[in-house]
Amino acid sequence: MPAPEVVRDLEARLGGAARPLGVAVPPEALREAAHRLRDLHGYRYYLLASATCRPGALEVVHGLRNLDTGDTIFLATTVPDGAAELDSLAPVYAGADWYEREVYDLFGVVFRGHPDLRRILMPDDYEGHPLRKEFPLDAPWGYRRPSGEGSA
Amino acid sequence: MGEVARPDARGRPAARSLEEVAEEVVRFPGGGAALIRSGELFRWAQSSSLWPLTLGLACCAIEMMATFAGRFDLDRFGVILRPTPRQADVMIIAGTVTIKMAPRIRTLYDQMPHPKWVIAMGACANSGDHYRHVYSVVPGVDHVIPVDVYVPGCPPTPEALMDGILALQRKILGRKDARA
Repeated sequence: MPAPEVVRDLEARLGGAARPLGVAVPPEALREAAHRLRDLHGYRYYLLASATCRPGALEVVHGLRNLDTGDTIFLATTVPDGAAELDSLAPVYAGADWYEREVYDLFGVVFRGHPDLRRILMPDDYEGHPLRKEFPLDAPWGYRRPSGEGSA
Repeated sequence: MGEVARPDARGRPAARSLEEVAEEVVRFPGGGAALIRSGELFRWAQSSSLWPLTLGLACCAIEMMATFAGRFDLDRFGVILRPTPRQADVMIIAGTVTIKMAPRIRTLYDQMPHPKWVIAMGACANSGDHYRHVYSVVPGVDHVIPVDVYVPGCPPTPEALMDGILALQRKILGRKDARA
């Protein structure tokens, strides 16, 4: 059942009410959308970044909150799987820095304009982005013995 | 007790229990001195003062902390925590070993002075357990460093860890029942 019908169903049966939870924006409009949300609409607090790997596409979601009203909005952007590049929100929200590093680490989305785009969870020499669908489930665990004494 | 320990195939004296050794100790009348083979004295000293470097990597660390605390009190076995590998004899790997942590564990192990032993505590350190196939986990710390005693459990109870430490003491003394 599509989401609007679900909302109508709950409204009719249980007295629920639709609340805006998210906006899907095209990739090129993402940073402008973040600027407007922060400067015009009061969404000054960065909550989280998340991502979903779908067949052929990666969906990146930024969570933003207006601390005056308590409202939360999720900004969703979809980029093609092969060329997963997206404008970074770290210049707009400082809190996005590490979250975008995590999305880069696990999904391989390259954030343009990020101040320090490195892996944050996996080792620096880890190969691949493990939460993408094409990452093999039965992958050899990939650990290699350190090349020398005290290599850490 | 009465049976004489035979040397092994390479002619070295067979490992004996403390009780067997104690029968051979020569006590000088009126004095505090005794004669004992130096190797056995050292093994006895090593087994009686195991100073562990603790590596609490996951939830097993909670049980390990409980084992060191008052209720179970590992001090009475001569087991006293050390905060640095330079002072440690035994490494207790308590928890899941990740690929990123593995080179650090190897470094810490290399920094410990000989002789040194390793206790793998819990299913994750033993084999990776249900994280065995996860992209970030090493399936058992024995891929990184040699392990002397595997303590099973998820997590092992304090009694299980104590049993592992006592098994390591028996192993250091060279006793046949080290596995028990």
